[in-house]
Amino acid sequence: MTPVLAEVFDVGFADLVVFVVAGAVVLAGGFGVVLARNPVHAALSLITTLFGVAVLFVSQQADFLAVVQVIVYAGAIVVLFLFVIMLLGVDKEESIAAEPLKAQRPVALALGLLVLVELVFLSGIHFGSIADVESQPGITPTDPGAENVEQLARTIFTRYLYAFEVTSVLLVIAVVGAVVLARRAGVTRQRPASPSTEPVSR
Amino acid sequence: MLPDALPVLVAAVRDQPQTIGPGPYLVLAALLFTIGAVGLLVRRNVLVMFMCVELMLNAVNLTFVTFSRSLAGDINGQVAVFFVLVVAAAEVVIGLGIIVAIFRRRQGATADDLHILKG
Repeated sequence: MTPVLAEVFDVGFADLVVFVVAGAVVLAGGFGVVLARNPVHAALSLITTLFGVAVLFVSQQADFLAVVQVIVYAGAIVVLFLFVIMLLGVDKEESIAAEPLKAQRPVALALGLLVLVELVFLSGIHFGSIADVESQPGITPTDPGAENVEQLARTIFTRYLYAFEVTSVLLVIAVVGAVVLARRAGVTRQRPASPSTEPVSR
Repeated sequence: MLPDALPVLVAAVRDQPQTIGPGPYLVLAALLFTIGAVGLLVRRNVLVMFMCVELMLNAVNLTFVTFSRSLAGDINGQVAVFFVLVVAAAEVVIGLGIIVAIFRRRQGATADDLHILKG
């Protein structure tokens, strides 16, 4: 069946197989996140989706991003999720019966369908094989012929240097904010009657 | 044997003459985005809602990379994904810190419980 599909879409066979398999994995993980009752199962489905997206990155010549996705997203962010799930003890299953707003689920599904139809309609104009460089007027590939990492590095550290520095500051702010948020409130206040010169411990 | 064969396999997959156009990738990203959006609206566990936000961010990343490739290898799409990854990581850190700070003492955190924060 797949050779027929490859002929229908006029694409390389391996390319089609990779896309179909990775796409199935991505969608299965997505449904797993939404439909899983246990949050830990949802986190595992999220990891599945992230790996599928990483494979799709590789098949689109975005090697560095695929590796960073696996290391940062699947390796750090989802682990953080699991830490918090275990810390808060929310690994009990959520009851999907009661819903405060009765119409929320049907309206959510209807809106989701609307968004999907709109996005598919917008992306439908992009079907077809990748166009050549000459047929895209005004678009020149950035640093053609260089490796993916070199292209990325050259662009980030020259054209987007300011954004890079700002995101570095953002990361520092995030770390400081996390430390502040994690502090327990109201710990060891100085007794008001005490004439001690000790500073109020926080 | 497999480590030797792996670059050849990867090259065989990636250097195919005919490649899939951007359309199927965009449709897949649209589906993933819709799944994340509906999940965010339907689920009430705060952490699962957060994971649905991550699904949507991944869909957007996939769209960026697809357009980066379809615009004749313009690297700026991948730069955008890079920054989205960084900001998503920072956002997850702060979001989970907030969730831990709010729901530290109660069992079974759901978004419905946030109404008790009303003054």
